[in-house]
Amino acid sequence: MYSFNYSKPDTIEAAREMMRSAEDGIYLAGGQTLIPAMKQRLSAPTDVIDLSSIGELTDIDVSDGRVRLGALVKHADVAGSDAVRSAIPALADLAAGIGDAQVRNRGTIGGSVANNDPAADYPAALLGLGASVHTDQRQIPADDFFVGLFETALEEGEIITQVAFPVPDRAAYAKFPNPASRYATVGVFIGVRDGVTRVAVTGAAPCAFRSAEIEAALNAEISARSLDGITIGADDLNNDIHASAEYRAHLVTVMAKRAVTALPK
Amino acid sequence: MSIDITLTVNGREINTEVSPETTLVQLLREHLLLTGTHVGCDTSQCGACTVHLDGRAVKSCTVLAVQADGSEVTTIEGIAVAGGLHPMQAAFHQCHGLQCGFCTAGMIMSAIDLVTREDDLDEATIRKGLAGNICRCTGYHNIVKAVQMAAGQMEGRGHE
Ligand SMILES: Cc1cc2nc3c(=O)[nH]c(=O)nc-3n(C[C@H](O)[C@H](O)[C@H](O)COP(=O)(O)OP(=O)(O)OC[C@H]3O[C@@H](n4cnc5c(N)ncnc54)[C@H](O)[C@@H]3O)c2cc1C
Ligand code: FES
Ligand code: FES
Repeated sequence: MYSFNYSKPDTIEAAREMMRSAEDGIYLAGGQTLIPAMKQRLSAPTDVIDLSSIGELTDIDVSDGRVRLGALVKHADVAGSDAVRSAIPALADLAAGIGDAQVRNRGTIGGSVANNDPAADYPAALLGLGASVHTDQRQIPADDFFVGLFETALEEGEIITQVAFPVPDRAAYAKFPNPASRYATVGVFIGVRDGVTRVAVTGAAPCAFRSAEIEAALNAEISARSLDGITIGADDLNNDIHASAEYRAHLVTVMAKRAVTALPK
Repeated sequence: MSIDITLTVNGREINTEVSPETTLVQLLREHLLLTGTHVGCDTSQCGACTVHLDGRAVKSCTVLAVQADGSEVTTIEGIAVAGGLHPMQAAFHQCHGLQCGFCTAGMIMSAIDLVTREDDLDEATIRKGLAGNICRCTGYHNIVKAVQMAAGQMEGRGHE
């Protein structure tokens, strides 16, 4: 790791100010992505601004048909929250399946969403549930938030404060984990609310996306059978040592069927 | 830049200065000479460096020492009870849950956190719970047995 300056502001305003005055600043949340990246010198900031003392970012609130998770809420807290589990069990299960126990004890939803790793789990939940990302500046619908490979709609210095999920009628997530990291080789999240089905795919492409084909099939009839015959094109999918693009394309429909089957009745 | 931090390590208050890029495991091993915690990969994969930070298992190679300011840290050196082994240590010994021992400190710290948190520890739950700890030697079988044995013994002892 290169050396850097470290600060731990108590408020969002102070964090923004520190970011403004830093030559090349970066926010730190759970550090489960940033610290490994800094060790590999993929990231070499002059200033690390630790958000962990900003108290208002750690709240979990389930009310008025919404699950609101503060940006600093850890994966283990989502997995272990009875309130989240009773409102959106698929979201608690998704969090319980991220990485390993030690990663879940540190990693945060804000960090995961800001990082937008193509194989991360949360982006699928945000897209599949039609969530919105709240920042210190504005609210961004998930559909507009995940822009590309490790790229989001966040502006320079903008801080995620909260992610708000509308409670669906039913939802399920199925992932084919990479056996070493548990990142999604392919993961499919399905959310059904007011008769409308949303289907989000992570791991398959450079950025999580909604599958119009699978949504159309499931909006006609919610059953694994209605996905028979649907094939996903491999052209724009990821191809790496873990899985070929064709294999990932195949996994999308397999995981979609598993998610449909796992939907609570 | 160096930063003044105060934390509790195995019940002892430590006040020291660290540079921001110092990881928690470097503080433990190199500054405090608590070398029971190992570094296997230094890339957040293997779990050999697992310690408890405010009661939760974390990979200490993936936490900055400055992030532990104001926290309580427990390492393998801090778990023995009244001069004897912690039940988890004793169970690893008894079940032959280690061979070279390199992963063991991390395994034990993860396993204690798991047993403290989960009530229903069947084999699948234990394997999933220890997914962040890699062992090159044992094939995990005896580790799972050891955790099961210790879980029975830790009940009623008042969890950590
Ligand atoms: C071994 C291992 C396995 C993993 N497996 C999985 C997995 O299976 N699925 C999965 O989804 N993830 C996985 N992860 C990633 C993990 O979930 C990370 O915790 C997460 O991606 C980043 O969250 P963090 O809080 O650690 O963020 P950090 O590492 O602290 O930050 C990540 C990035 O987000 C920015 N950031 C953080 N918080 C904010 C904020 N509030 N506003 C704006 N920007 C912010 C930071 O500046 C940084 O650029 C794994 C990680 C490891 C080490
Ligand atoms: S040394 Fe920390 S995870 Fe391997
Ligand atoms: S006992 Fe050798 S690595 Fe586990």
